Amino acid sequence: MSNVPSELKYVASHEWIREEGDGVVTIGITDHAQDLLGDVVFVELPDLDAEIAAGDDIGVVESVKAASDVYAPLSGKVIAVNEELEDAPELVNSDPYGDGWFFKIQLSDPAELESLLDADSYAEHCEAE
Amino acid sequence: MTKTTPLYDQHLAAGAKMVDFSGWQMPLHYGSQVEEHHQVRRDAGVFDVSHMTVVDVSGPDARNYLRLLLANDVARLDAPGRALYSAMLNEQGGVIDDLIVYLMTAPGAAGEWYRLVVNCGTRDNDLSWMADRAVKFDVSLSEQPDLAMLAIQGPNARALVAGVLSDSRARLIDELRPFQGQESEGWFIARTGYTGEDGLEIMLPDDEVVPFWQALLAAGVRPCGLGARDTLRLEAGMNLYGAEMNEAVSPLEANMGWTLAFEPDSRQFVGREALEKQRAQGVQSKLVGLVLEQRGVLRAHQRVLVEGIGEGEITSGSYSPTLECSIALARVPLATGDSASVEVRGKQLPVKVVKPPFVRNGARVFS
Repeated sequence: MSNVPSELKYVASHEWIREEGDGVVTIGITDHAQDLLGDVVFVELPDLDAEIAAGDDIGVVESVKAASDVYAPLSGKVIAVNEELEDAPELVNSDPYGDGWFFKIQLSDPAELESLLDADSYAEHCEAE
Repeated sequence: MTKTTPLYDQHLAAGAKMVDFSGWQMPLHYGSQVEEHHQVRRDAGVFDVSHMTVVDVSGPDARNYLRLLLANDVARLDAPGRALYSAMLNEQGGVIDDLIVYLMTAPGAAGEWYRLVVNCGTRDNDLSWMADRAVKFDVSLSEQPDLAMLAIQGPNARALVAGVLSDSRARLIDELRPFQGQESEGWFIARTGYTGEDGLEIMLPDDEVVPFWQALLAAGVRPCGLGARDTLRLEAGMNLYGAEMNEAVSPLEANMGWTLAFEPDSRQFVGREALEKQRAQGVQSKLVGLVLEQRGVLRAHQRVLVEGIGEGEITSGSYSPTLECSIALARVPLATGDSASVEVRGKQLPVKVVKPPFVRNGARVFS
């Protein structure tokens, strides 16, 4: 069974969200998602300062096996992008909740946080899929 | 019905992610497909390919039967154990399957017989086609479902395998020429493969494969799955049945012209008439290699656009771990030059058009 840390929040499209305080969140893809994808070889992320809206298709993860879209789980402005993934996309496989993070956003509507799944609900969602 | 090989428990013990492959539970990878790929290019890896179908052909007419059945000519096999890659065609010149045929005896010897290794995905169709063509010949076709098969591939593969086997088998491994196989103490050991590296394919009784597998792993040969097998063969520019060719595709349009033995003129083989007609009329397309020099991954069925000429389609595409960029095989219009573009996720990306292979013996080979 894949790792689903209890302190994080999730969306059904397999992104995780960590609240950093002051309306900032860090976003990546889950252990379950990286396991399904296999070896990640490219990650295309939104530009710094881009305004994104929840549900937008904002990037792509390409593994040896398949391409998978990255969706914005929340709305806001991109304030940091993990540039290490450019040279070391395998971090997404080896450390999906740590060094394999994707980007950070300054939320425009913190109320959207209410709609996220907790770890248990996300784990159930994965089981059902 | 899901089938498993005698190594099923070994795969699970090695941490394999198992997938269904033509009705067989097979290992996709044991953690990282990319690391397994590098392992084969740099050292040695072992693949369980026991799902493949082995058919022995014997009887007084064995040679004449195979000279009709196959587009390549088994009369070219001039020494015991020599192997030949061939297409098996239908009357329209489409590819029913691609296979390896080994001459198991001295050429022309009394009791001459052959061993064919065909794809498991096409097994039922192959066997019924072969049986139908055999009616007029004094031959016997005998499937060997109780043989396991391992492919041990990589620059150190032969040395590592020899190190865990008996002296007589080790001596044989040392003496084998490329594309040759020999029987030794009940095992068939061939210097063939599907990776573009040196290595062996070994067929042995089901009940002997587990200890052999364990000895290989103990000697430092790492298990590799079907995922790495696919990226290795793609870098080596080798066709995959169902991707580069099928019953509707001519071998002339699948880079397989070199496997068609039109000489001697007198040999009739199934599909010959259709191919000669195609050759006279000229084929419309060819199979080429594509290299994407920017980020992104080429995938099967993406559209290839050749400016001023027309369109083609990717037949196999993936990421090349050796070249660290994406490569593909594609069928394109015959007049295609050295550049094209591919529609990748709504964007048109420029690609270089090259002659496969992309990688041989660990190194880039196209310019």
